[in-house]
Amino acid sequence: MLPRFWRKIRYRYDLIGTRCNTCGRNYYPPRNFCPVCRRRSSIEEVQLSGYGTVLSYSIVHDTPVGLKMEKPYVVALIQLDEGPIITSQLACEPEEVHDGMRVKAVFRKYGEDGEDGIIYYGTKFIPAEEA
Amino acid sequence: MRKVAVIGVGQSRFGELWDRSFRDIMLEAGVEALEDAGLEGKEIDALFVGNMSAGRYIAQEHVATLIADYAGLAELNIPSVRVEAADASGGLAVRMAHLAVASGMHDIVIAAGVEKVTDAGELSMEIMSSSADMEWEGFVGATLSAIYAMMTKLHMKEFGTTEEDLAMVSVKNHRNAVNNPKAQFKSEISVDAVLNSPYVAEPLKLLDCAPISDGAACVVLASEEVAKQYTDTPVYIKSSAQASDYLALHSRKDLTTMQSVVTASRQAYKQAGVEARDIDVAELHDSFTIAEIMAYEDLGFIEKGKGAELIREGIVEMGGEIPVNPSGGLKACGHAVGATGVRQVAELVLQLRGDAGKRQVECETALALNIGGTGGTAVVTILGR
Repeated sequence: MLPRFWRKIRYRYDLIGTRCNTCGRNYYPPRNFCPVCRRRSSIEEVQLSGYGTVLSYSIVHDTPVGLKMEKPYVVALIQLDEGPIITSQLACEPEEVHDGMRVKAVFRKYGEDGEDGIIYYGTKFIPAEEA
Repeated sequence: MRKVAVIGVGQSRFGELWDRSFRDIMLEAGVEALEDAGLEGKEIDALFVGNMSAGRYIAQEHVATLIADYAGLAELNIPSVRVEAADASGGLAVRMAHLAVASGMHDIVIAAGVEKVTDAGELSMEIMSSSADMEWEGFVGATLSAIYAMMTKLHMKEFGTTEEDLAMVSVKNHRNAVNNPKAQFKSEISVDAVLNSPYVAEPLKLLDCAPISDGAACVVLASEEVAKQYTDTPVYIKSSAQASDYLALHSRKDLTTMQSVVTASRQAYKQAGVEARDIDVAELHDSFTIAEIMAYEDLGFIEKGKGAELIREGIVEMGGEIPVNPSGGLKACGHAVGATGVRQVAELVLQLRGDAGKRQVECETALALNIGGTGGTAVVTILGR
């Protein structure tokens, strides 16, 4: 799975999404086609601010085999300030989380591919200072 | 398009079938369906097999040919097609078989579904979760149950659905399964047992979640004309429809509505010339208890947000206005992934023929809803006499 991960590193580490200049919508995960404009899409990459709001979340107890050491962890739907909703982990204690919480993106480890495999990194979110 | 009848149904037991192989369970269902239809075998024109992930569950691909072969059909050299749409694979196999007969291309077609999950051991749930977007949901640890859990929380916040409402769905389906000899869990459970079961992904608990099971199911479809040679009491597929949606929940416009279910059901109602209120009995995809409640709403059984009322008021219970999941549903009959959609149709055929034994519902029009993953695929089949 190494190439599969490596191809998307740029977007996972940095929260780079895409924007359709035809309709003005922002997308994360990045898309090659705008689902609204389709063939009329005019796509370019856009750096997202990394700030957003928790719409919903779940504390996950029954985890995939590779994430057993992490359990329980918090998965959330986060609406980024630029519009897109993304699925990510919150790097904080389950008790700290609440709906509507302001969060910001940080760079964190996600797991590893066995003892000899690569270490996966990506974006997680932490509570943001209320401005 | 020609009218299409179901002339035979079969189902293996669902559950942890440690002593049975993929081939064994598929053949058990297939033989039962052929016997039920009164077919010798050589009459079969084509075979569609719903299967989600034999490649990962048992490290075997090319399973449509494998099944045709071990069903004794190799020398007929008939077309045999595998259909995949996660856990909607079975419902989609029925739809593909329906189209093949309705179009006039074939006269007698088998739609089968099979999954053998227990050989994959502790990976079986993870393989199921690959129906979600593995790059943008799976990567961050969003399992299928975690994604449904986030939908559940939004549904609770927006519409006041409670953990007790969800528990009642599970309790109902377990109660129904007691009368289904093929069911995995033939035992009643209490609301308290559901509420006190351990969390899988909060607020969903173990007893809110369907198991992942071994099992197979099979239905035999025939054109109206051919069906009359085999049975005096054919059950007809009045319509079938499939719709897709964004694969990942986070890309959808409305996080508490499955647009695929709305779209597929409206197409199916229109083609069948019926409305939601004409449905007498339904088999709905309760992979998680919230999915059944959302299905009530998205199918138009009740308006959006009020799904829980149907379970609170007993409307979906046996003896209620629209009994849902008389078989026990995915929760208690078992969820043999790619077999589930075929099993739902087989159950409704038994119901419409009056052959459902102790779980018989009085009915003339029936609906099956089979969902892939978190709603990326929905297949609706409407059956009637």
